[in-house]
Amino acid sequence: MDSLKALIKRYQLGSLLLLTLLLVVVLPLTLDIFRLNLVGKYLCYAFVAVGLVMVWGYGGVLSLGQGVFFGLGGYAMAMFLKLEASDPESTKIQSTPGIPDFMDWNQITSLPAFWVPFKSLPLALLAVVLVPMALAWLISFAMFKRRVGGVYFAIITQAVALICTVLIIGQQGYTGGVNGMTDLKTMLGWDTRTDSAKYILYFLSAGLLIASILLCMWIQKSKLGTLLLAMRDKEDRVRFSGYDVAMFKVFVFCLAAALSAIGGAMFTLQVGFMSPSFVGIVPSIEMVIFAAVGGRMSLVGAVYGALLVNFGKTYFSETAPDLWLFLMAALFIGVVLAFPNGLAGLYESHIKPWIARRLAARKAGATPRTPAAPTPPAPPASPMSGSAPPAAPAQA
Amino acid sequence: MSLTDMYNIALMQGFAGLSLFAVLLLMGLGLAIIFGQMGVINMAHGEFMAIGAYTIFLFSTLTQNYLPDAMQAYFPFAICVAFVIAFIVGWFVEWALIRHLYKRPLDTLLATWGLSLGMQQMFRSTFGPKEVSPTLPDWLMGSWAPSEGLDIPINGMFVLALTALVTGLVMLALYKSRWGLRVRATVSNRVMANAIGINTKKTDRLTFAIGCGIAGVAGAAFTTIGSTGPTSGQLYIVDSFLVVTFGGAASLLGTVVSAFGIAQTQSISEFFMTGSMAKVLTLSLIVLILMMRPQGLFASKVRR
Amino acid sequence: MSNTDFVLAVEDLTVSFDGFKAIDSLNLYVDKNELRVIIGPNGAGKTTLLDLICGKTKASKGSIKFKNEELTKLPEYGIVRKGVGRKFQTPSIYENLSVFQNLEVSFPRGRGVFGALKFKCNAEVRERVQKVAEEIGLADKLQTEAGLLSHGQKQWLEIGMLLMQDPELLMLDEPIAGMSVRERELTAELLQRICQNRSMIVIEHDMEFVKRIASKVTVMHQGKILAEGSMDKVQSDPKVIDVYLGH
Repeated sequence: MDSLKALIKRYQLGSLLLLTLLLVVVLPLTLDIFRLNLVGKYLCYAFVAVGLVMVWGYGGVLSLGQGVFFGLGGYAMAMFLKLEASDPESTKIQSTPGIPDFMDWNQITSLPAFWVPFKSLPLALLAVVLVPMALAWLISFAMFKRRVGGVYFAIITQAVALICTVLIIGQQGYTGGVNGMTDLKTMLGWDTRTDSAKYILYFLSAGLLIASILLCMWIQKSKLGTLLLAMRDKEDRVRFSGYDVAMFKVFVFCLAAALSAIGGAMFTLQVGFMSPSFVGIVPSIEMVIFAAVGGRMSLVGAVYGALLVNFGKTYFSETAPDLWLFLMAALFIGVVLAFPNGLAGLYESHIKPWIARRLAARKAGATPRTPAAPTPPAPPASPMSGSAPPAAPAQA
Repeated sequence: MSLTDMYNIALMQGFAGLSLFAVLLLMGLGLAIIFGQMGVINMAHGEFMAIGAYTIFLFSTLTQNYLPDAMQAYFPFAICVAFVIAFIVGWFVEWALIRHLYKRPLDTLLATWGLSLGMQQMFRSTFGPKEVSPTLPDWLMGSWAPSEGLDIPINGMFVLALTALVTGLVMLALYKSRWGLRVRATVSNRVMANAIGINTKKTDRLTFAIGCGIAGVAGAAFTTIGSTGPTSGQLYIVDSFLVVTFGGAASLLGTVVSAFGIAQTQSISEFFMTGSMAKVLTLSLIVLILMMRPQGLFASKVRR
Repeated sequence: MSNTDFVLAVEDLTVSFDGFKAIDSLNLYVDKNELRVIIGPNGAGKTTLLDLICGKTKASKGSIKFKNEELTKLPEYGIVRKGVGRKFQTPSIYENLSVFQNLEVSFPRGRGVFGALKFKCNAEVRERVQKVAEEIGLADKLQTEAGLLSHGQKQWLEIGMLLMQDPELLMLDEPIAGMSVRERELTAELLQRICQNRSMIVIEHDMEFVKRIASKVTVMHQGKILAEGSMDKVQSDPKVIDVYLGH
């Protein structure tokens, strides 16, 4: 058993190592900066997908409003950048210089109070994480305490996504309306549009993403991770073992919100604008499919899912836009009916046994004294196997 | 402004609220059956409405080209066909997709969302990306002016009457017919219903199909108010679900009351602020109330 | 009544579902270290009574005092933390986790969000898991996935999960349902061992089993208490024979 645990650990960390290698070494060496910037953009969605693995895969709570948190993080970042871009010098042709252009167009003559903190980068960065978490707490605390879950939670989060889009579009003067916040060029004087800046931002995104996955892995390995799995199975038993299950759900929901928001902020930095089109119902539910394609229980799989779906979207929107929606439809139905564990599940059930067989065959041919290859016995693809929870900690 | 003017404005405003009520109720009815009675999350509900709307468009175009004389009469007939087509598609969808997912509500949600994307693309490929409107018979146009300065739009009255008819029929079917009895038995105890000889699988399929058919009728009725595009269905989905959940999922009366409440809040607040802010206010109110009272307005207290 | 030395004092408890009174102004007192068995025909309200005590169902009226503390206003986890454990009718264990993890998760430490994040499975926890596992006869199955256990073993595991919390009041809902004769015997022995320093309420249908473990029996009928006393006394009560035992 001791070795099995070590192997699972090595397998999980191994797949993360492989991902790190791909993101930090292989892709930067093989792709030009335009393509790499695109990958960087997809990685921002991967934050959301990783969060969804925690809240949906582990917590069993499906949120259809992750776009809201992605958007809030993105807008918080965009507000800082927009204020920097709107210094009195470059906006002197406006009737009120020194405020963002869209405010001027909407006859607003002074900076609204809630914009003022975003003049400071530290405050803006705090807002990136804290504002979405606060909203997530507000939504989830009231509902989880009243045992609202499953479908109802999904519908309410979807309604929140709709409310936010209508609000952002309706309040043009304060938010930039349907066009969003555009022309974001510099951060503290640093031009984010240069190639070198794009490289730096790409590596920053990749680094933050890997750190987030490590954090989530640590949470999964803790007792909290075990409790989340236990709650999915028998919520009442957990409750009647003296746990306030609502708070655990609130915690993962806030965690997922914070991760999505970091993704949103990185998105703004890399793309140079933020708009309500990333907030609404459609993008929010699309984000769920990233996690589903990767495997709803697999943190690393979620990243591949986000990369693959977004790559597909970009590719097909250019070559065969008519086909893309049909493909999305097939993806949604497919991950539900045919591959409930996504890519991670396929890897578990097909590729890993194949590798194991190949290794065994090679070993049989070679000297029999070589130490056993590090392949854990391939279990049938249970919902857990994507990223197996820690084996019994008895031997820890 | 004279007193009669104010009176007339109040009347017309009230009627605007009533029309919205009819629209919301008609949207919610099909879902109240599918989601409220069966517990199935049909995210493609809006697309079933679009099926109904496109049916009307198709009929109006065909009639105009081949039977121009029948222009005044095609509409009621087309509504029935809209029901039938949505019913058949619903029947097929239940067989192909939904029946595999009864125990997994969240997965149903994702799968039906996928279905809705596929249907949208089909509409786009068939009818083009632009919004279309059918040519309506003359008797649906214009407005009724019982007195000076008072204009009640006829299409609004038509939707109101249709909603009343459909609601009445649904209530009658659910509480008086054998089908209704079977549905209610299946809802309250599937295993027992099976045991006493109810074919629950067939009941499920029929129920889902009827819900879809009603969505088709709703979509058909909405062609009198607005135009239809491939993504029109998506606009309705959140509203429909909120109407049903706010009313208390299993209660048809709840759906009626909640549609009325939502419509009145929306139309009254529209008087004081922009349309989008009124929408934000109404939706936020519903969400807040649902957070405080997740079971909705009408809920039965049972031992769980 | 105000303060008593009863572990559990249920007074004037009523709950109604849409007018139907599942529990109807019921009084029940359980002593320290007492093993009380509740019997009664189906629909008598036995399970509902346990639901009310552990907070799963909220009372319409009345009070439930545990060591003179009112429970009716506490959330479920609060009631558990006071020392009330409850076993469900069907084995309610975490099928995907190992027996060890099932027991470990039930250890009463690190119950908050951040406590659970910081929780370390140290020697104390392992010792306790080992001890409880021996008590319920699953010491050699610690690494087995709980879903693979037999029905009887699952029931024992759930009892073990409750023992991890060392509750002062333990409520078991039909613990031997679906068990073989041998398993029933083992369970009876287990219950007699674990009731040494705690009070227990057991709902049971099997009269042989009840006779074997109970000192005092409460008979419920239609949400009310019909009779209370020793098994012999209850069995000879004509009211009881009428509704239940005589058939």
